[in-house]
Amino acid sequence: MATLNQLVIGASIGAVLLLIALGLTFTFGQMGVINMAHGEFIMAGAYTAYLLQPLVGTQSVLVALPVAFAVAGVLGLILERLAIRHFYGRPLDTLLLTWGISLVLQQVARDIFGAPNVQVRAPGWLTGGLDLGVRLPYNRVFIMVLAVGCVLAIWLYLTRLRHGRRMRAVMQNRQLAAVSGVATERVDQLTFFIGSGLAGVAGVALTLIGPVGPTLGTNYIVDAFLVVVAGGLGQLRGAVIAAFALGILNSFVEFWVDNGASLAKVVVFAVIIGFLQLRPQGMFVVRTRALS
Amino acid sequence: MPRGVRDRLVMLAAAATLLAAAGCAEDPTTASGAGSGSTIKVGILHSLSGTMAISEVTVRDAELLAVEEINAAGGVLGKKLEPVVEDGASDWPTFAEKAQKLISQDRVATVFGGWTSASRKAMLPVFERNKALLWYPVQYEGLESSPYIFYTGATTNQQIVPGLDYLREQGKKSIFLVGSDYVFPRTANKIIKAYAAANGMTVLGEEYTPLGHTEYSTVVNKLQQAKPDAVFNTLNGDSNVAFFKQLRSSGITAEAMPTVSVSVAEEEVVGIGPENVAGHLVAWNYYQTTSGARNEKFVQAFKAKYGAAKVTSDPMEAGYNAVHLWAEAVRKAGSVDVEAVKKASAGISLEAPEGTVTIDGENQHVFKTARIGLVQPDGQIREVWNSGQPIKPDPYLKGYPWAAGLS
Repeated sequence: MATLNQLVIGASIGAVLLLIALGLTFTFGQMGVINMAHGEFIMAGAYTAYLLQPLVGTQSVLVALPVAFAVAGVLGLILERLAIRHFYGRPLDTLLLTWGISLVLQQVARDIFGAPNVQVRAPGWLTGGLDLGVRLPYNRVFIMVLAVGCVLAIWLYLTRLRHGRRMRAVMQNRQLAAVSGVATERVDQLTFFIGSGLAGVAGVALTLIGPVGPTLGTNYIVDAFLVVVAGGLGQLRGAVIAAFALGILNSFVEFWVDNGASLAKVVVFAVIIGFLQLRPQGMFVVRTRALS
Repeated sequence: MPRGVRDRLVMLAAAATLLAAAGCAEDPTTASGAGSGSTIKVGILHSLSGTMAISEVTVRDAELLAVEEINAAGGVLGKKLEPVVEDGASDWPTFAEKAQKLISQDRVATVFGGWTSASRKAMLPVFERNKALLWYPVQYEGLESSPYIFYTGATTNQQIVPGLDYLREQGKKSIFLVGSDYVFPRTANKIIKAYAAANGMTVLGEEYTPLGHTEYSTVVNKLQQAKPDAVFNTLNGDSNVAFFKQLRSSGITAEAMPTVSVSVAEEEVVGIGPENVAGHLVAWNYYQTTSGARNEKFVQAFKAKYGAAKVTSDPMEAGYNAVHLWAEAVRKAGSVDVEAVKKASAGISLEAPEGTVTIDGENQHVFKTARIGLVQPDGQIREVWNSGQPIKPDPYLKGYPWAAGLS
């Protein structure tokens, strides 16, 4: 009973991890760009929900999902066009660049919205929960459904749509894709738009759990990178499994150990380090003949 | 391919290092010169950003109101007060650094500041080393009495012990402790466990989460398994928002399992959402609803300055009192000299919004009335019990035999 409850909690933590990591499987996993400002796109999505609240009232979360996707996506596109594209192939410079940008964005948020954290009120139908022996809070169910929905949408996009297939082609072998007539630069832009937009969606989901502040993204960025690395770079399947595995591991360690909140984090880190010793490529690897 | 992966991992490690460094990043502030001439500089040092800002910004506001009132009445010793405001950024080393800056660069006469005990412990050596004065306005875990700190919030025997007495009177026999992972909750819980052992209460569990933590479903699940009569909550900052939201959405009601919070006041209730915390208990020395003409005046003045929608709370009132108490001590001493002010402060009394407060010369704490309150659906707190008269501060709990082993 308690164990089942904890499994549900783990799955809901996993869903949150998955949502915040999805965007990174594109920009970090596929393009190899370490975008330290990814967390700030999460924050931008969360603040979008906050800003929409007085305009559209209690249903703001639903309206915010597409709007936040667009806002964060456009921010990502601007970042890619103005800065990151000049640094392709120079990962260390990209790292410093995007880290600086993330600090700038945090300060901008602090100036616009004030330093204290703000709250987004959940719509009425998201408060309370479902009792099926175990208690399923509606906001958690919503996040899980959202995460599953996003994964499905991405999977369909990557496998069924022409744009998605082009994206995979570029990620697997840029030169070959280019000589085959794929406009790689356009594909890069689109990839960055989608990856950043997904961060915005994750931001909206996070408003259902806790407060919104300028450092919201920073709190989650490390977890997001962990999921992508453990799952295997650019692997949707890997990210899904890694997110839920880490979420469930976290929730059980926290439950079994007295005063487990801090220790759970330690155990998760240790497990990932151990895992990467055994499988440095993560759970899944793309096999290509590209020289790296 | 493995090579590429390894490179990316190295990059990530570098990224993590940067993130860690970001916590220590500090902007150099330009020197503003020593205070002289027609004003007296006073430092105000609170977290204006980060997880503690939800609470501390309001204390700064209240302190600035007191400074304004003193200036409107002609200042002290014929000079106006000039506040120098700094941001501790919810980061304890920053507090120490900014305190040093206020003392040696701005040469302030005194500093009003801090909220978490971690920030106070970080500032304490700075003030002791410089022989400078700090006025700390928040309830805390006791077991401290620095000669260079005045404590205008409650110590344990003025808040936590009365809170436990109240629970016992209500017939609550088992409690569960939930707190943030730093010095105040851990020390407070040590005291609570000693009390429980001596008074026939059972402590069913003890959970700590990092400051800023927002994932409370596991803690809530543990509460559901343990089924305590009441929860003693020492969470700080906006973790309370997540905790109460998740407590409510799990279906636990205030009737079935009331919580007693010692760091949730009117301001935090606004942030948590009154509907999420209504019916739960809090323990403080002051509420916005505390009766008396002095409090009406304080509430009115605060709303006039900051907006009608603003609320007043215990730490705000204690910060406001601190500024007025310091001004009184300066007037009595005839100087802003630290040693003279300390000497003059003993026994100084103030008609404060919470009632009469008096500085105890022995330990530089103040006599305060304890009050237990019930959070109302409109976000205000209704007093359900008070101690009748100001309680003498006893930071080391010397008057309580059960506390003999604590340190």
